[in-house]
Amino acid sequence: MLSTSTSTLVFWFLTILIVASALAVVLLRNIVHSALFLILTFVGIAGIYILLNAEFLAAVQILVYAGAIAILVVFAVMLTRRGDISESNLFNKNYLAAGVLCLALFILNTFLIGQTFWTIKSGEPPLNNVGAIADAFLGRYVLPFEVAAVLLLVAMVGAILLARGVNQDQ
Amino acid sequence: MVNVQILIIEILMAVFGLGILCMGLLVPRDSRRGIGYVTAVGLAVLLILAFVMRDASGVFLNSYIIDPFGNYFKILFLAAALLTAVCSFEYVEKTGMNQSEYYSLLVLATLGMMILSSSGELISLYLGLELMTITFIILTGFHLDNSKSAEAGIKYLLLGALSSAIFLYGLSLVYGATGSTVIKQIGFVVATNGASPALVLGTIFLLAGFAFKVTVVPFHMWSPDVYEGAPTPVTGFLSVASKAASIAALFRVFFVALPSLNSFWVQLFIVLAVLTMVLGNLVAIPQTNIKRLLAYSSISQAGYLLLGIVSFSVLGVGAVMYYSMLYVFGNMGAFMAATAFYNSDSSDEIEDYSGLAQRSPLIAAVMLFSLLSLAGIPPMAGFIGKFYLFMSIISRGYIWLAILGILLSMVSVYYYLMVAKSMYLGAPPEGSKTIRVNSSLQIAMVVSLLILFVLGIYPTPLTNYAMNTAVTFFMP
Repeated sequence: MLSTSTSTLVFWFLTILIVASALAVVLLRNIVHSALFLILTFVGIAGIYILLNAEFLAAVQILVYAGAIAILVVFAVMLTRRGDISESNLFNKNYLAAGVLCLALFILNTFLIGQTFWTIKSGEPPLNNVGAIADAFLGRYVLPFEVAAVLLLVAMVGAILLARGVNQDQ
Repeated sequence: MVNVQILIIEILMAVFGLGILCMGLLVPRDSRRGIGYVTAVGLAVLLILAFVMRDASGVFLNSYIIDPFGNYFKILFLAAALLTAVCSFEYVEKTGMNQSEYYSLLVLATLGMMILSSSGELISLYLGLELMTITFIILTGFHLDNSKSAEAGIKYLLLGALSSAIFLYGLSLVYGATGSTVIKQIGFVVATNGASPALVLGTIFLLAGFAFKVTVVPFHMWSPDVYEGAPTPVTGFLSVASKAASIAALFRVFFVALPSLNSFWVQLFIVLAVLTMVLGNLVAIPQTNIKRLLAYSSISQAGYLLLGIVSFSVLGVGAVMYYSMLYVFGNMGAFMAATAFYNSDSSDEIEDYSGLAQRSPLIAAVMLFSLLSLAGIPPMAGFIGKFYLFMSIISRGYIWLAILGILLSMVSVYYYLMVAKSMYLGAPPEGSKTIRVNSSLQIAMVVSLLILFVLGIYPTPLTNYAMNTAVTFFMP
């Protein structure tokens, strides 16, 4: 366990890392760089999970998101790119309006969230959080768990169908 | 011991959907047309089962609610899915789409709607919503050699992902502010502790997420393009059932979790309802494509449905339930007619409907009476539905809103009758033949037409059923 001041310090470091790299994903002009910063964002979130004593979630986050999904994104970019890669993630002409709107929304959200009194759960986190997750998945949350399984199957069938293209049957 | 047996319909749906998928691998290619028939029969059996079990109630693991309200919507989804399946037989064959995957996705989308409308907990609600949306994205882009269908699929994917993100952010704020994902528990916390600013913010985000699915202006931008590009039976299903499912979930979230905030969100719904009715009806007028026309008409119908939410009363809930049920038959009737016409002429343009009454009296009659029901002309069921919706807001004192709704219904008669004018008064194009409609689609069209007439002349059984169910769901 970290002391409170250390964990606060780590939290702010991770937060700045996550927000900055997420912004880089959106703002950079080269889509490969964007994908690499996406990995950094995922790793930062894994750090937050560790800070919350959810080590298993952190490991899954790194394996699945930073490991598999980000690599897939990079692959997809490589396979489908056309033209100049350094100009592959451009803005359209509405960026000014979108920027103003997002800033206004951000200020409003920050204000309202700052006004709220948040109740913080006290008490020790479970020692064995793999067991707790297993209990939740196959216990209280078994229905969403099964629905998620069907959802993933549907998404996979759809991806294959749409990617396979036309006239494969003939 | 967990009471799994109350989930019987959901489990059967999942097994059935996956079974159709497997069947596609086992059945030889030239007899795959049979998969459509199997789907229709299976859905009909499930529909009867759902109707027999309409009074079932119970709670699964504190989070999934089986109650008459949810069962009513299950019957609605199954009826819509059955009509869609029958409507698809010839269309799927003609456009060369993959049979087993198509019908399997249809069944699984219905499963998603059931889960969405019966969830008493936010995580399963969200997963049901995603199951429905992702399946519809695939079905929208299913017509692979049609570039409009692909464009519609991509548009729906991008905008659907955006709306999901907004919805999820809303869910996270609601969870953070109340410390629970169980809808009833949230209602309890909000009633005792009052609303925090973050909860209000979360409510607005949830509202935007739902408004996207129900195609409420200004969150409707995706719908005309998606409705136009998607395969016609899918468009019909998307416009009736996914809307009804989102409305059911909206009722559960806003009427059970956030009723103490009603003075706040009712104001928002009034603004949205006015915008939706005005824009949907006015923009429908210049449309020349039947699917775009029906898309805007469906936007305006969403506006009428919001009136029932604005009234925040038992009468309002019952009116929405009644209206969405006959909206299934009205709108599916119009889409079945459009599909039958497309099967023969490969066109969705209204000017090609010229002289349709001489080429196929059945298609023209089904289209005409379905549109009249959507417009709310007296002998048809749509009139009773609108009557109850307007009654529900008048009883709450929003007379101006009812008058606006009635005036805009008049406007809608104009563009609906433009289609009728083309069908009945126009001359058929040179050298055109009579249109043959296959017998199963004929039966489905006649049945939905009969239902519209019967419910228009003798609506009491269904209104009683809807109102009694509304009473069990919502006691102010």
